Amino acid sequence: MDWINAIIQGILLGGLYALFAAGLSLIFGVMRLVNIAHGDLIVLAAFLGLTITTALGVSPLIALLLVVPVMAAIGYVLQRGILNQTLGEDILPPLLVTFGLSVIIQNGLLEIYSADPQKMSAGALETASIALPGDLNIGVLPLMMFVVAVAVIAGLQWIFYHSSLGRAFRAVSDKQDIAQLMGLNKAHVFGLAMALSLAVVGIAGVFLGIRTSFDPSIGPGRLIFGFEAVIIGGLGNIWGTLIGGIILGVSQNIGAQINPGWQLLAGHIAFLFVLAVRPRGLFPRID
Amino acid sequence: MPDALLSTRELEAHYGDFQALFGISIDVFPEEVIAIIGANGAGKTTLMRSITGLLRNEPEMVVWKGQSVGGFRADQVAHLGIAMVPEGRQLFQSLSVKENLIIGGQMGRKGPWSLEKVYELFPILKERRNVPATALSGGQQQMVAIGRALMSNPDILLFDEISLGLAPIIIKSIYEALPKIIGQGMSAIIVEQDIAKAVSVSSRVYCLQEGRISLKGRSDELTREAISAAYFGV
Repeated sequence: MDWINAIIQGILLGGLYALFAAGLSLIFGVMRLVNIAHGDLIVLAAFLGLTITTALGVSPLIALLLVVPVMAAIGYVLQRGILNQTLGEDILPPLLVTFGLSVIIQNGLLEIYSADPQKMSAGALETASIALPGDLNIGVLPLMMFVVAVAVIAGLQWIFYHSSLGRAFRAVSDKQDIAQLMGLNKAHVFGLAMALSLAVVGIAGVFLGIRTSFDPSIGPGRLIFGFEAVIIGGLGNIWGTLIGGIILGVSQNIGAQINPGWQLLAGHIAFLFVLAVRPRGLFPRID
Repeated sequence: MPDALLSTRELEAHYGDFQALFGISIDVFPEEVIAIIGANGAGKTTLMRSITGLLRNEPEMVVWKGQSVGGFRADQVAHLGIAMVPEGRQLFQSLSVKENLIIGGQMGRKGPWSLEKVYELFPILKERRNVPATALSGGQQQMVAIGRALMSNPDILLFDEISLGLAPIIIKSIYEALPKIIGQGMSAIIVEQDIAKAVSVSSRVYCLQEGRISLKGRSDELTREAISAAYFGV
């Protein structure tokens, strides 16, 4: 039963990892930008959620109503103001600039919030659980996060393949010049893509902050989980990213079941295994 | 003579240190079709890229309806009503045939062209509307590229290397469809390497050679010898 429990908890955790990864995958798909600051932006969103919950005395889930649009706005301004200038033939400038951004965010958060671990409380919801046959219990909160993650992935999939915004994303991703000839301003389209990415980061950050304690230094670790989920699932495949997140979550929980010290290692080993066997991921879309 | 719809004024273009165009001045009048001919590397495509804003120019080098637009971005130029069928079709490979057409019309400019009208012009596209655009044959892809440009209801349509890489029979059918396409009060610039084709559909011809205009004149007045001389520089 412990094993089944570990697998179920791993699947639910995978939803959170998929949320870490979805925004990363979106940005890479649309503009071939690898956002090294992605993990720190997740932590920024968590701190933003913390500030709102303490200032207004509301539940973190209510705080999402503010965190998500604020993060989206930050994304648009960041893209138009800084990141668009780094995009071009050379892939190095965006890497360096987002790396710098990562350092700035970490130190900024450290300055404001100190290095103390923080946590957001979702109240009674945190301990509520659903009893399943065979002595299994599923936490309501992890289940809810998983459902939201699936809904976000489905939403992104719909936007990407069935909305005019998604059409613009794909057109600009295919051929930037020709997309401009269609009257699409790529700077604006990229801004919208980053806004959407950071809206998802907003949800991921608040969920992270409810689930575990966080401090300004944990961003890069979340970035690695995001990268691993994207690469396991296959570049450019949004549903694949969810599968990637689940594989990562399940591996980590199985590792922890064997020996608590093996949790992270087991996730990385699963990632390396997939990379060795299927270098392009399980369900690649982008060549 | 009415005022020109589109003009270039002493247009120059550079790729880094390399200068591709030297003082090109052309005019296109309303409802007029002009042809631009020239050998490979003469600067025809560069001229198209300059007009559409894919290459940035000095503002006064491109004039649209009396307004200096040389400094506009490509998407701003598109909103003016200048559309291009680019060399090599350049369809969006992640989009279906229908999506390629829709994205051409996403600016919402009013005019005679709509998805239905394009399907009427090229019925095969309606049949294959849900197929990825790059799964089509070369000729069908050219139809999508033309339809995509028409969907924006442009005032002027630029055809860059309209027949390059297509089978002769396809080229013939595209030229046969041309009057139906441009006959809706539109102007057009046709870039061609095939001199006879270019002369037959246009009212005036400009010949480019090594980034300069080597010959210009009315299509029905230019002799073959004069064109050959200007084309090859002999």
